[in-house]
Amino acid sequence: MAGSSVASVAFAVAAKDLRVEWRTKTAFISSMVFAVLVLAVLYFARDKTAVGDFSIAPGALWVTFTFAGMLGLNRAFLIERENRALDGLRLTPASPTGIFLGKIFGNLVFLGVVELVSLPLFILFYDVPIWRQLPVLLLVVALATVGYVAVGTLLSAMVVRTRFSEVMLPVLLLPFLVPPIVSAVQLTWRIMALRPLSELTGWLSLLASFDIIFFTLSLFLFEAILIE
Amino acid sequence: MTRRERALRTARRGMIVTAIGLAGLAAAYLWGSIFAPIERTQGPAQKIFYVHVSAAWSTLLAFGLTGLLSLGYLILRDRKFDLLAAASAEVGVAFAMVMLTTGPLWGKPIWGTFWTWDARLTSTLFTFLLFVGYLVLRGALTDFDVRARFSAVLGVMALVLVPFIHVTVLWFRTLHPEPVVLNTEGAGLPWSMLSPLLAAVAACTTLYIGFVTQRYALAVLRDVREEEAAGGLS
Repeated sequence: MAGSSVASVAFAVAAKDLRVEWRTKTAFISSMVFAVLVLAVLYFARDKTAVGDFSIAPGALWVTFTFAGMLGLNRAFLIERENRALDGLRLTPASPTGIFLGKIFGNLVFLGVVELVSLPLFILFYDVPIWRQLPVLLLVVALATVGYVAVGTLLSAMVVRTRFSEVMLPVLLLPFLVPPIVSAVQLTWRIMALRPLSELTGWLSLLASFDIIFFTLSLFLFEAILIE
Repeated sequence: MTRRERALRTARRGMIVTAIGLAGLAAAYLWGSIFAPIERTQGPAQKIFYVHVSAAWSTLLAFGLTGLLSLGYLILRDRKFDLLAAASAEVGVAFAMVMLTTGPLWGKPIWGTFWTWDARLTSTLFTFLLFVGYLVLRGALTDFDVRARFSAVLGVMALVLVPFIHVTVLWFRTLHPEPVVLNTEGAGLPWSMLSPLLAAVAACTTLYIGFVTQRYALAVLRDVREEEAAGGLS
């Protein structure tokens, strides 16, 4: 059946997830409010006379994205746990790869929107005039988000089977976020400080290789998680 | 011979290996602290090196094998691989704790600080937390099959992640002494210090094998017990 190709399954799963989200908007609104709160709280988490806005800004941005993303990732498979919807999904002839790609895509859209809304707020709150460097910063955000979401989606599919999934996800996921988030913070301050592009290439390639390797690995390993 | 009897025999063998390892470790430490020369600049503080490096070696061995055994489980789906991977991770966490406590004890007199965000320290800490997470995940899953598959997936992911973390924190900055054992150029470790170190490493490896064997036998026994309980209920 041509209708069950990997791409169409992925699209169907992502569309279903986003439609559910669109109708309630609970997770999105909470993630958004949460992101604004973290940005605002981190602004005060320092000695203002010793640490300037500029020094604290890159870390604050990425801590915000990390925490806000965690809320969205937990949701992706929690909605499948209700009424054992995951079993229903598993019984369909849809390929696990398609389901996984769909989940990744849904999460990417979710986190992408949260990031796109909080980025201007970040620029306003921390008073960092980086409108000109925005394309490079958006590239960094995109690269870091892809790696984050690929690993996060895989791990959230596992922790949803445990009793304390909300606590388990950060415990398992945060070590995996060390390479992408550290790279992203390093790149963000360099972009803000108007450093030449040659200073960015090292961290950018680390970020890109993390994405490629972990995206592929997650894709292969998801089958072992879904198939009983 | 039943599975239970075989496991008990394995446990006894593990105990013997552990005893040999412990005796070897005691001998290596005595050798290192009494007979090996005192290092000129670091003084007696350097003695902890024999404990620290051999524990670090066992940690590396344990976590590396956990990753490889996880990969083995995903390919062959043999229960043994899963139980061995879990045993190895648990023993690795214990050795990592030895490494993470002896390191700061040495760091205080030599670096002037217990902890520093140096590359090797940071990546060790994250690897340690990663495998603690692995054990936490195992503890949170009750079904044998699910637990084996999920933890194997995490084990393989961890195996790939560790080099990434290392590169990341290395680029951040580094302070840790360069390896002196297999360093071919410049000042290497003199034989009088290298020999007790190698003895300690050998002892720690033996200890690792002994611990894992016992832990594995225990897991098999628990497995047998669960099967018996399930059989008794049906």
